[in-house]
Amino acid sequence: MSLLEINNLSVLFGAEAHPFAAVEGLDLSVSQGEIVGIVGESGSGKSVTMMAMMGLLEGQGRIVADKLRFDGKDLLTLSARERRKIIGKDISMIFQDPMTALNPSFTVGYQIMEVLKVHQGLSGSALKKRAIELMEMVEIPAAATRLDAYPHQLSGGMSQRVAIAMAIACNPKLLIADEPTTALDVTIQAQIMSLLVNLQKSHDMALILITHDLAVVAEVAHRLAVMYAGQVVEQGAIPDIFRKPQHPYTEALLSSIPEHSKGARRLNTLPGIVPGHYDRPSGCLLSPRCPYVADRCRAERPALLPNAAGAVRCYFPLSAKDAQ
Amino acid sequence: MTNVLQARDLTRHYEVSQGFLKGHATVKALNGVSFDLQAGRTLAVVGESGCGKSTLARQLTLIEPPTSGSLLLDGNDVSQASAAERKAMRTKVQMVFQNPYASLNPRQKIGSQLSEPLVINTRLSAAERVERVREMMKLVGLRPEHYYRYPHMFSGGQRQRIAIARAMMLNPKIVVADEPTSALDVSIQAQVLNLFMDLQESFNTTYVFISHNLAVVEHVANDVMVMYLGRVVEIGDKDTIYSRPLHPYTQALLSATPSIHPEDRRIQIKIQGELPSPLKPPSGCAFHKRCPFAIERCRQESPELRSLDRRQVACHRAEEINA
Repeated sequence: MSLLEINNLSVLFGAEAHPFAAVEGLDLSVSQGEIVGIVGESGSGKSVTMMAMMGLLEGQGRIVADKLRFDGKDLLTLSARERRKIIGKDISMIFQDPMTALNPSFTVGYQIMEVLKVHQGLSGSALKKRAIELMEMVEIPAAATRLDAYPHQLSGGMSQRVAIAMAIACNPKLLIADEPTTALDVTIQAQIMSLLVNLQKSHDMALILITHDLAVVAEVAHRLAVMYAGQVVEQGAIPDIFRKPQHPYTEALLSSIPEHSKGARRLNTLPGIVPGHYDRPSGCLLSPRCPYVADRCRAERPALLPNAAGAVRCYFPLSAKDAQ
Repeated sequence: MTNVLQARDLTRHYEVSQGFLKGHATVKALNGVSFDLQAGRTLAVVGESGCGKSTLARQLTLIEPPTSGSLLLDGNDVSQASAAERKAMRTKVQMVFQNPYASLNPRQKIGSQLSEPLVINTRLSAAERVERVREMMKLVGLRPEHYYRYPHMFSGGQRQRIAIARAMMLNPKIVVADEPTSALDVSIQAQVLNLFMDLQESFNTTYVFISHNLAVVEHVANDVMVMYLGRVVEIGDKDTIYSRPLHPYTQALLSATPSIHPEDRRIQIKIQGELPSPLKPPSGCAFHKRCPFAIERCRQESPELRSLDRRQVACHRAEEINA
């Protein structure tokens, strides 16, 4: 059974009468010990999906779903008090900017110990010992002396390690990393990614990796979901999805990376931009930009249909074209 | 081919306060950087944050004078020039910044932002200025009605187009682009990179392209300069460096860059630790604390740039480790 099951999730913002769906009909399942990448451009709904699951959208977004289950518990009907027992313990999250994710007014030791106090009831020397152990686990040099450091005394890479230490403090079953390395330099990015993968293996966690960088996902993830304008447009296993993308958007994303068109003077691009709040087309959301668009695409919106390689939301998936 | 840009031993130090009653410390942000750049070519400057990329950009665009060293713009020495001459030189080198959300004035319409360089530096009439702005807007792919709009009405990619148009208004010889696509999504990045390439083709503009993204650099650059803590560690032709990097830091950067085909990667070298503080740079080779090949000599003696295998590299052990 999957650890996390999301079925037909929509997140709506704005007035009841004219809602705007930041996420629409999202299906996703994650099993224990699996690394799943979620890729998409800004505004595609990657982060909102995870915030909805974590219950961080209260009062702003309306969450509608057929199923939103984590580890056998229904997250939709859970009371706030019960949810708090899960969040930070069984599900935890790492954010993009480590400098703003940590509280500047408290030492990093205090912030790590706070998690342990709340969820595991540790105190005294056991608390401190565990905090040092965690900081060593995330490879912070001279961990015992860094307990009293404030976030501003640490570099970006070190702050992100502290944020990871806080996230894994209670041995979570699911770790969500929302663009964990976007704010970091490449050599530090490589260090943080290998740390995350090692922790994922040693703790047998599920890891959801949200990013806009296809290459980061290609390096570590087992499965990939590509999002566009609030919908999952393609799901599949890595590396097959990179070799044979089925959705025109996945294909376009891949071909717009410089690495993909080595030697060419110009990069392939998808004309136009992601549709905004009020200019979403009535048919397929990609139809105004899609090079393969047909009449049916402009009229109806396709559903995400499972197939041999994964799932794709397109009337004319690229693999079918090759076959013809 | 003539060199439009010649830097010789360019150095920039900053004095920073360490607190009340304490002396000043010196940050050697740029420490003897030399290179030549020919017209119509692209030099990519690569390195992690704090390596002096942006300080170099500030010297090249005459925003700041270097502490020592000389800079020749189109054959003229900048340090010898009078204030009036320097003003004329500034029109030849323009800059595009990283964040298009911060580099445009939110209270000014696009049309007037684009005509400002013309107001200051040319004697064109108002009607001629409008004409020139509209031509440039067309060239970078903006529509005529955008002339009367404010920056907040544009997406990130469009804003970067506006910033590029503003840099190109005076038809500069050199454009210094400081991480111009790192705030953009991949598909938009591709559009903006294509625009850079198209403009270079039509105007033979020389680019100094500062980036930490080695995949982007590989696409745009002719020459690559890798910097570490204010110094050049490797400089040369792009294909030479990408096919066979000699400096361990260049190798580490290339192997740390994520790839969509990770199984094809040839170099596998992981480096430990982080960039040391420029306030207290390590003795000898600045990279020795993170370098897997460091020996006693690296700790004591700072390596000079030397020619090796069609490029210049600053490493004592370049031959040994690449044998």
